[in-house]
Amino acid sequence: MSEEVFSFRLYIAGNASNSREAVANLTRLCEKYLVGRHEIEIVDICQDPGPALTEGIYMTPTLVMVSPDPGRRIVGTLSNTEPILQILGLRPAVRRFPGLKGRLAASSG
Amino acid sequence: MEVVRSTPKTVPSTKAPTGIAGLDEITGGGLPRGRTTLLTGGSGSGKTILALQFLVHGATECDEPGIFVAFEETPSRIVANAETFGWDLPDLQKDRIFFMDAQPQMDFVQSGTFDLGGMLAVLGAKATAMKAGRIVFDAIDIVLSLLPSPAAQRREIYRLHSWLLAHELTGIITLKSGTEDGGAASRAFGFMQFMVDCAVILNHSVVLGVSQRNLRVQKYRGSAFDENESPFLIGKGGFEVAVTRTLRGAEGRVTSERVASGVERLDTMLGGGYYRGASVLITGFPGTAKTTLSGAFAEAACLRGERTMFVSFDSDANEVIRNLGSVGIELGRFVQDGSLHMVSARTITGSAETYLVKIKTLAEAHRARCLVVDPISTLSKSGNELTAHSVAERLLDWSKAAGITLVCTSLLDEMSSHSEGGSPLQISTLADTWIHLNYLVQAGERNRGMSIIKSRGTAHSNQVRELVLSDTGIAVTDAYTAGGEVLMGTMRWEKESAERHAAEALAVNARLRSVRLEAEEAELEARVRSLQIELAAKKTEKAVLTRDDHAREQETLLGQDRLRELRGADDREAQSGPR
Repeated sequence: MSEEVFSFRLYIAGNASNSREAVANLTRLCEKYLVGRHEIEIVDICQDPGPALTEGIYMTPTLVMVSPDPGRRIVGTLSNTEPILQILGLRPAVRRFPGLKGRLAASSG
Repeated sequence: MEVVRSTPKTVPSTKAPTGIAGLDEITGGGLPRGRTTLLTGGSGSGKTILALQFLVHGATECDEPGIFVAFEETPSRIVANAETFGWDLPDLQKDRIFFMDAQPQMDFVQSGTFDLGGMLAVLGAKATAMKAGRIVFDAIDIVLSLLPSPAAQRREIYRLHSWLLAHELTGIITLKSGTEDGGAASRAFGFMQFMVDCAVILNHSVVLGVSQRNLRVQKYRGSAFDENESPFLIGKGGFEVAVTRTLRGAEGRVTSERVASGVERLDTMLGGGYYRGASVLITGFPGTAKTTLSGAFAEAACLRGERTMFVSFDSDANEVIRNLGSVGIELGRFVQDGSLHMVSARTITGSAETYLVKIKTLAEAHRARCLVVDPISTLSKSGNELTAHSVAERLLDWSKAAGITLVCTSLLDEMSSHSEGGSPLQISTLADTWIHLNYLVQAGERNRGMSIIKSRGTAHSNQVRELVLSDTGIAVTDAYTAGGEVLMGTMRWEKESAERHAAEALAVNARLRSVRLEAEEAELEARVRSLQIELAAKKTEKAVLTRDDHAREQETLLGQDRLRELRGADDREAQSGPR
């Protein structure tokens, strides 16, 4: 599991501040936690609205996970890293989801 | 409706018609074109339907395709829910109306703030592609509540607004109002109210157990509008707003044309019949032939070939036809040829408003020129009397504005018998002609009396007449007064026959007398003639007499001369003469 590649698609809306922030936050996060095992595709809805319309992405920025857990979405500037790390399985969500402890621990190891 | 539909094609308007007749009248033509309208209301108040109808009307009638952004429901559910309105959304969805499912995903995770820039970018592309003119953002509060701060909410509202202006789209933004989720929605509401050019509030309340829906235009920049709450209902064709009072158009329709009431003598009493477009009120206790009188009016209208609608609150349409048939009013044939539309309003449930709007819709659909509502007093049973009064008032106003001749009956209960005909809905003051029917119990009989209490603009008889129903129809007969009492029924008949006898006797007497006089006259004339002859005879006699006298005198003189000649000189005078 540790060698799994995290593939992301980030939908942004042109040069909006939220979108810029999200790109920066995602890059920083990947460099910190997923060195060498991540792919980021950035889709600018302003230039190419087609995919966003097909996928129903309307709030920007939105991060869509391509793999693993395809379709999982995280909306926002990604400024709060804690929930993202939980979704990525990089942090055991002990307090909130005690039942998931084992599985999360295994995947993070 | 016709007027509204023709507007966008003929006159370039600053208003985008909604296709909701009442709302277009309140706003003077529709929502502000190229601007934003905020539509607020509690849950189930009809926001989505109003917004959707706005799009449907634009797509079908104004050549303005539209986009529906659904934040709360899936488009398929919205389409399914609107199926009953007959808008044919599946067909419109092909190229005229685009539904965007913008519901936030249930399992989405949020990290930091976000904006609607992506959605607007997609919408912008879509709007350009389909040449959209209208757009609806349904339940914007859903997405606003996800934004972390009031500042972010304001920012997104502002973003949305400037996007709408930039794209010159006529927009409706709907927003849930109500106290239960206060926070985000109410804060956003305050801000949006300032921003938008038009604000419409929908309100759903229950008054005395009767559902009441109201619509109010709260603001409309740059346009006059009706500020009052107007009741509406969601009917078969979608939204139907009851316009409180539109007197425009009413002035132009005043006419002196008369329409027959269906009872010949009544027409005479009214100086020719009801006025076209007038409101006629017939009051009376149960069984005083109110329905019959209004049925006669309906029959007369149908006979003139005018489309007529008969709304009965009391009984089933077929019952009304059968009952009226017993007094010679045959309505069945007109129902068959389509000129008469019988409506049994017992099947309509709801508030007085509901009745009004249904009646209006049905009458407009039937293109009725004459309308009978029997009895209008039923309205006061539905909901409180105050609203019912205004409903009755509006029915009268509307029929007048539409040029429809309205005959409505009003039931009086026994309790209110003291004040003669004080109609419970107080519409007697509004009606143009008020006919009152009552019973007169006298000499063991109950007879129907009819009187015209008022009839604006017409000379009318002030006498109480008797209304006689028979299998050949309705007749109005003179009532007699004897000893200060009005005689009706058999007493009238007795009086009538007594008078007939008396009149006959008088006639015989007169004839006899004239014959006698003639005889006397002849006799006198004969006498005059005989006297004249006698006179002539006398005159002749007298003339003869005079001539004889004269002749004799001459004879005498002649005789004396002759005598003297014969006597010669011995004449005494001749002898003495020369001496």
